Amino acid sequence: MGMNIVVCVKSTPSSVNVPVDAATGQPKTAGTPTAINPYDEFAVEEAVRLKERIPGSTATVLTLGPDGAADVLREAIARGCDGGVHVSGPEFDGGDSYSTSLALCAALKKLHAEKPLSLVLFGKNTNDGCSGVVGAETAAWLDWPEVSSVKKIEAVDESSVTVHRAMEDGTDVLKLSLPACLATVKEINEPRLPSLKGKMAAKKAVFPKWAAADLGLTAAQVGASGAAAKIVKAAGQPPRPAGLTVAGASAAEKAKKLVDILFERKLI
Amino acid sequence: MANKGILIVAVSQRASLPPATFELVTAGRRLADTLKEPLAAVVLSEKAAALAEDLAACGVDKVYAVEHPSLANFIGPVHAQAAAAVALKEGFGKVLLVSNVAGRALAGQLAVRLKAGLAADVCEILPDGKVLRPYFSGNLIASVEFKSPVAVMALAPMSFPRAEAGAAKGTVVPVAFDPGSPKIQFVSYQPEAANEIDLGGAERIVSGGRGLQSEEGFKPLRALAQLLGAAVGASRAAVDSGWIAYRSQVGLTGRSVRPKLYIAVGISGQIQHLAGMSSSGTIVAINTDKDCPLMQMASIAVVADYNEFIPLVIDEVKKRKGSTAVAA
Repeated sequence: MGMNIVVCVKSTPSSVNVPVDAATGQPKTAGTPTAINPYDEFAVEEAVRLKERIPGSTATVLTLGPDGAADVLREAIARGCDGGVHVSGPEFDGGDSYSTSLALCAALKKLHAEKPLSLVLFGKNTNDGCSGVVGAETAAWLDWPEVSSVKKIEAVDESSVTVHRAMEDGTDVLKLSLPACLATVKEINEPRLPSLKGKMAAKKAVFPKWAAADLGLTAAQVGASGAAAKIVKAAGQPPRPAGLTVAGASAAEKAKKLVDILFERKLI
Repeated sequence: MANKGILIVAVSQRASLPPATFELVTAGRRLADTLKEPLAAVVLSEKAAALAEDLAACGVDKVYAVEHPSLANFIGPVHAQAAAAVALKEGFGKVLLVSNVAGRALAGQLAVRLKAGLAADVCEILPDGKVLRPYFSGNLIASVEFKSPVAVMALAPMSFPRAEAGAAKGTVVPVAFDPGSPKIQFVSYQPEAANEIDLGGAERIVSGGRGLQSEEGFKPLRALAQLLGAAVGASRAAVDSGWIAYRSQVGLTGRSVRPKLYIAVGISGQIQHLAGMSSSGTIVAINTDKDCPLMQMASIAVVADYNEFIPLVIDEVKKRKGSTAVAA
């Protein structure tokens, strides 16, 4: 029996090298080209691989973002997803991980009511917000089991999934009952490029667009109004003090000088 | 009732507390003194009673020990249930965790249960309660303000000094816990090769990149790392070439590190790599290309071929260590 898989992705700036607007103290992203968050590519690939592995399965891509974010839904379809859902509306602007995960939870519940879901996949984090907690928060709202840092999906059956989790000191193997949420890391796979067939499908794809009201949420619960934390200001990294170059006639002389400095500064 | 007090959530890993847990004690103590609020901790472990004593010895006023076999390995919802019960019962206002794999996932779970704002990878806590954290992959630093009565903060390892035993000893309170029937079962654990130092908590890191040209190139780096008690890191180029495991990758798609000493060998310093290590204390760059970005931003730059240079550095360090030993 097939499984219904959802992969959550975000449209983010393709370059994270963005200036800060001096007036607002916020990153200047207007006009910056956007793309699918690079970490989400691994989650999309894994969703498609699972779909291919288990006959009768579906892979649906879900995003929350402005109108332009529909592009990342197309990108995921070009890479093999079957369909997409776009959660969008001005009420979602300025959300944090708390209000964003609540909205994702509501969208997933709606999908789950239409056809029962087995797995929801996330990327490790986004390249702009960088919090890496939306998967865990969404799972907590859903009250579904969640594992982060998943580097391998070993076995899947109708009621459970066994995964490998990359820890700082090794690998944990865990078995989750379904439905479950998984946040993936890069090690899990090598994403494929979009196929020609996929690109054709992406072009023709039409996505349902859900506002807060469609999810049974009020505008006060989502976006900036529903947020529990706010980025009041962004700044560039403080400049590092000027460095020195170790000079010397020979490599041996440079090595001696370098080790002298490291000992003097009590670094070794 | 207003939320009050600071709660450190300490998760044991393989029956011991990660060293960064003691960094939470330093950060928590500073916060507690500033706010004139009590500092508490909750230890989640199969050996919680014993580990709680270590935190109490470092001056945590009250340590809740939740000892249960189900807490031996990190299971997000189970740990969250245990931590949330303590946090909600006592009404803590600030919850501190280590920003590692377990701590980050637990922070997410707790934020929802405590209706709290969350900031991960926090590197600084400001006196006004705002916190600083990396943004846009570390190119920017964001100042985060909490709007909720409870704030959950996962602190980046190596951002605060580690607390040591000796302060006025706190009390340990055992807490009963019933995990119910968890939807996640722990199956097994496969450790990493022994005697490898973890990048996240390392005070010194020796890192290699494309300039090493092969897997062989990591040999002298490993020798130097061992001599210095350093962890071994790598750039994405070296990992993608298959010279070293992904777990060693520093940068955007790898780990963020902030050691006291970062020695980058044969790494040109693409922005993706810099994002993961630019907060290091002293950065030493060793490269044949004096103009590459990492050599430009380094605290100490050495133009040299690593093949010749690293063994010479090893010899010099050995000489020095030998003489220190004699002097002592």
